[in-house]
Amino acid sequence: MLSVKDLHVYYGAIHALKGISLDVEQGEIVTLIGANGAGKTTTLHTLSGLLKPKQGQILFQGQDIAGMAAQKIVSLGMSQVPEGRRIFANMSVLENLELGAFLRNDKEGIKEDMEKVFQRFPRLKERIQQMAGTLSGGEQQMLAMGRALMSRPKLLLLDEPSMGLAPLLVQEIFNIIKDINKAGTTILLVEQNAHMALSIAHKAYVLETGKIVLSGNAKELAESEEVKKAYLGG
Amino acid sequence: MDVFIQQLINGLSLGSIYALIALGYTMVYGIIRLINFAHGDVYMVGAYVGFWATTQGWGFLPALVLSMVVSAILGVVIERLAYRRLRNSPKIAVLITAIGVSFLLENGGVLALGAKIRTFPNVFPEVQYHFFNGAVVITNRQLVIMVVTTLLMLLLQYVVHKTKTGKAMRAVSHDTQAAMLMGINVDNTISATFAIGSALAAAAGVLVGIYYNAINPYMGIMPGLKAFVAAVVGGIGVIPGAFVGGISLGVIEALVSGYGQSLYRDAVAFALLIIILIVKPSGLFGSNVREKV
Repeated sequence: MLSVKDLHVYYGAIHALKGISLDVEQGEIVTLIGANGAGKTTTLHTLSGLLKPKQGQILFQGQDIAGMAAQKIVSLGMSQVPEGRRIFANMSVLENLELGAFLRNDKEGIKEDMEKVFQRFPRLKERIQQMAGTLSGGEQQMLAMGRALMSRPKLLLLDEPSMGLAPLLVQEIFNIIKDINKAGTTILLVEQNAHMALSIAHKAYVLETGKIVLSGNAKELAESEEVKKAYLGG
Repeated sequence: MDVFIQQLINGLSLGSIYALIALGYTMVYGIIRLINFAHGDVYMVGAYVGFWATTQGWGFLPALVLSMVVSAILGVVIERLAYRRLRNSPKIAVLITAIGVSFLLENGGVLALGAKIRTFPNVFPEVQYHFFNGAVVITNRQLVIMVVTTLLMLLLQYVVHKTKTGKAMRAVSHDTQAAMLMGINVDNTISATFAIGSALAAAAGVLVGIYYNAINPYMGIMPGLKAFVAAVVGGIGVIPGAFVGGISLGVIEALVSGYGQSLYRDAVAFALLIIILIVKPSGLFGSNVREKV
């Protein structure tokens, strides 16, 4: 579904991504783990078209989307839940969800998907007219995910969904991610919480200072000595 | 008391003009964090378009609409040619460019139209309504200003809160990158903001034309600055703030003039700016926004 080949991204003179290649197959949960500053968010920003790569290919369903405008990429079926949630705090929960469906014109389908979001996140329905900025951290994460789902994505990019959440909520969010995946959405998950990420992913890539240093089956990586030592605290 | 009521009415009509111009300042600031110093000159161009249309024999409403459309296009063109390529440059570069565009419009106006003052055709023969045995006078022109301003405000509220474009504008203003992730075309949204802001300024230009009857290419400078003060007083980037700031500034100026201190009118307006900047820099309606990292 997604195939990234030799991706190079710069911030001015800083070489942030030094030739990254990764593959995401239809139906998978793939996780990208690594320390702060490794380039995880940069990778997702580039996939979503917020950053333009200097070199390399991003094939999404066979089409090269490297350097394409962000709104075009959303319309092709790739949606992102950004780091720190980035919900529209001064707009209502409903308006946030409507913005998620910004490019769609099928009123019936939008209504249907909104119902699905409310089934998945009943707490959002209770707070439908509330300003999004008044929600708790966990609710904001749910809103950000619901908002991304409103574009009916084929591939969902999640950037640090566990950030700043209590452990119990982290578990809940990860269960929801598994559910979303089971319902047919392919997922690329960026996480610092490597333990959780590896527990639900099929495949994993380890990023270090702009390069992929390890990759493979998530279960196997979780057992490998290098990953345990560097990312799992053991 | 009579003087007070009279000046309140005068202030409301003057304040409506400031409010209409201030909205453009505040909307553009809200979306690209730029004080568009050329905005007062768009208001001037709007007045001239209205002048042209009415001297051709157009009625008030068609002239108003034409002026708003032409100025909306002008606003979009200014953004497209002058500001867009500087979007990722330091803010000071865009600010200086805005001042440059302002000079271009003013002096281009002198070159193309002549520096002389033009007299607006008498679109509405003045009718005066007397109250309190003639102590308080409202003219039909003042009423037109207030009614048109109120209608435009309601229309703006509708556009900003109920339409897709309005939602996109608020989203881009709050978080441009997150808006891009929703599939919002940021360039088009910024263009729409300039179009709406410029159209409102043009409406103010036409209204001033019929109220004061006289226009000239430099007419945008002072009202532009005053509207900027109004936008800051209300809280720059906040739409209701621009409205309240504009009306308040107009009323304060009228009261200062009415109580015999008209020489101090401008000084009071700018003193208000200084006081607000010291006491509550985010303005009456602004919240203290953390600087984004």
